[in-house]
Amino acid sequence: MTDITQALAEIVGEDYVSDQPEEAYFYARDPGLMPAHKPDYVVVPKTAEEIQNVVRLANREKIPVVPMGAGMALTGLVIPLKGGIVIDMKRITGILAINEKARLVIVEGGTSQGLLKAYLEKNYPKLRHSIPDSPATATIAANVMIHGQGRLSQQYGFNSDMVAGLEVVLPSGEICKIGSCSISPDWFSKGAPMPDLSGLFLGWFGATGIITKVALKLYPKKKMRDVEIFITDMEELVPDIVHELTYTEMVEDITVFAQPLPMIFRDNHHITIFFTGDTDTELEFKRKMVWDALDRFIKSKDGGFMGVPPVMKPTLLDSPQRSVTRFADVKKGGGFEYSGPIILVEKYPECSRKIKELAEKYDLGYSGMARIIGRGHCMMYGFAFTFNRADPDMMERTRNALHEVSEYALKAGGVFWKPTVDEQKMALDKMDPNTRNLMGMIKKNIDPNGIMNPGNWEVN
Amino acid sequence: MKYEEIVHRCFRCGYCKLTSDYTDFNCPAYRKFRFETYSPGGRMWLIRAWLNNEIKNSERFQEILFSCATCANCVEHCVFVFSEDLVNIFIAAREEMVNKGIIPPAVRDYLKNISINGNPYKEPQDERGKWADGTPVETYKDQDYLFYVGCVGSYDERAKKIAGAVANLLLKAGISIGILGEKEKCDGNEVRALGEAGLFQFLAKENIAYFKELGVKRIITLDPHAFNAFKNDYPGLGGEFEVYHYTQILAPLIKSKKIPLAEYKAKITFHDPCYLGRHNGEYDAPRKILGAIPGVEMVEMEQNRENAFCCGGGGGNFFTDILGGGEDSPNRIRVQGALDTGAQIIAVACPQCAKMLDDAIKAEELDDRLEVLDVAEIVTRALA
Repeated sequence: MTDITQALAEIVGEDYVSDQPEEAYFYARDPGLMPAHKPDYVVVPKTAEEIQNVVRLANREKIPVVPMGAGMALTGLVIPLKGGIVIDMKRITGILAINEKARLVIVEGGTSQGLLKAYLEKNYPKLRHSIPDSPATATIAANVMIHGQGRLSQQYGFNSDMVAGLEVVLPSGEICKIGSCSISPDWFSKGAPMPDLSGLFLGWFGATGIITKVALKLYPKKKMRDVEIFITDMEELVPDIVHELTYTEMVEDITVFAQPLPMIFRDNHHITIFFTGDTDTELEFKRKMVWDALDRFIKSKDGGFMGVPPVMKPTLLDSPQRSVTRFADVKKGGGFEYSGPIILVEKYPECSRKIKELAEKYDLGYSGMARIIGRGHCMMYGFAFTFNRADPDMMERTRNALHEVSEYALKAGGVFWKPTVDEQKMALDKMDPNTRNLMGMIKKNIDPNGIMNPGNWEVN
Repeated sequence: MKYEEIVHRCFRCGYCKLTSDYTDFNCPAYRKFRFETYSPGGRMWLIRAWLNNEIKNSERFQEILFSCATCANCVEHCVFVFSEDLVNIFIAAREEMVNKGIIPPAVRDYLKNISINGNPYKEPQDERGKWADGTPVETYKDQDYLFYVGCVGSYDERAKKIAGAVANLLLKAGISIGILGEKEKCDGNEVRALGEAGLFQFLAKENIAYFKELGVKRIITLDPHAFNAFKNDYPGLGGEFEVYHYTQILAPLIKSKKIPLAEYKAKITFHDPCYLGRHNGEYDAPRKILGAIPGVEMVEMEQNRENAFCCGGGGGNFFTDILGGGEDSPNRIRVQGALDTGAQIIAVACPQCAKMLDDAIKAEELDDRLEVLDVAEIVTRALA
């Protein structure tokens, strides 16, 4: 046992530190396509205090530290690019407090989306959070850290917009509270009306600190939920359709998918519209509003509502949608990756054409999936390609296709979501120099030894 | 390796280690060790790495592979089409390790003891039927059913009492049973789960041949593990028998009042044995029995039926104890779950579960608050 291993064992307990080849192999990679880099150590702490002590040790010894939730970003954000210590957060799973009336919850840094969902369903059936379609193991903290989106993003923006406070372990090992909780016992705002310091951490992928607590805004959960699918074969109409739908303010979530398989989906764009209600009357009213909003497209014969087969409804209403994960095995190969730029909804048609072009060029299976953010303020367009992990050639073709997506997205005015290290470099290169310098100053001042998830958001 | 064409298809999404409603992590090995490597997805990725010579067969790799309790929570909750094969894949990897002779000492000792002594306890074969001494149970001749007890029921002191309780109830209800006594051999379920395919086939074929020689048509098992082997693995080796777990026989007998019951006031929670529940889909028979006892209040643990949390004894861990020790050992987690229900009794239908949970109650110092009883023992207490 090395001195560092021994020191880590004294912090987290011998059973929860590893410098063994098995953990080094597994934690060196995520399910995506980024190259592996082995950690020197993996720890699974139980408390924020243990994390503080691990970070203090790392800062003293100048050892990189990489926090990891479920590792489902797929873009290598938890791959320890420069070795060091991976901190697996999944033993820190407490749901610490709920304010039912204010609709707020405080969770610990390793609490999963699934756990919070189950907890709310059991104890607070009138409350919900904006659950993403990533696997249920994905953590709340990591999701807000990457500015994830979820079921309520059409209504309330990025999931990170729903943060109401943070507790963060700084690279120095100090604990810092962000938001109202810094001066009040109540966690209800991540910034306003004070300077919003959450921006020093959200979107930084752990390069400035480790989130150990998140206060999250919760929202009303209606008793009923339903889904309609509006289909058009005219991609240029999708932005107008989304515009009409968001205008109604009747809709919970809007996603759009287009993919070649199964055959029934080919050549169509499926605007999937979720809505909720406490009564049949409310649900049917919203349904009517949705139908009325799209009536002109029906009358012009440019689109129509697809009868959602009963067998398909549970799949669509599943939350998170497990079918999204199943996309990984379309090629019987256990892999998919997507580049998901955040981009204006009006760019949907060209994104849709681009994914088809790239899929054809690289002979890949694909799914184009957009999730509307805000009332049509922007969308995440997922250029998703499935690959066979046992087929190196297909993996390389997928990498090349995704690289072309990155170049395209930037040119089209998009901003990378959860960017790979390469995309981060592209973004920093294109960024306004003063903004880039500001990012550099922030990083340098918060993390002078450069120990926090090094390789990410490095401004040279 | 068998299933080699599948191992790369794991996306390591982690659904496999959850319950269906995501209430908690439900993989016993993951709950104990908490590194991703000990989860089903971790095993899949490491098996592939091992097959590709990217990692070696180390002590830790062995611990990772052999700590799987084969509880099939992953089979139940994996979202991919190959989910049915997950436990089979882990067993196939164990087979490779056994074939190469590089396995944990506890596994080696277990297999050696089965091979040499015919049981894991190194006990003499002629003591196998001693549990029945003093009972009216007869040796199998031409009775309607063979009552197969298995290694644990034959030798473990706690389990022997359960075997006696089951046998007495069956006889009391007029069921015609006979046992093999000193002629009984290990069913091999754990041998197979620990990756010794050759020894399993040998045991299975010996058993099948002997059962056929005796004219056995129907078997009642004490242990869900034997039930699983006879029901699912023996047919492929030529052993087609009608196989029942004893709860499947008792449930209709109690319903038809062939076993009359008096009031027995108790708050009871039932722990689903993995080899009865998830592996074989039998969740109702034990509950029907308990629910038919006047005065019994049934309460469910949060993780029940398809989502039941394994006691940690499956897949050979009952004998190898790779999952044992510490507050995060599965049996201790499980008794805490039972405690949360407010029940006084944890009902089990498996001698291995009984022993595992008994040990956990002692470790958690809950002796004065919880008691582990087999369904048959509870029925015995409630006899009119």
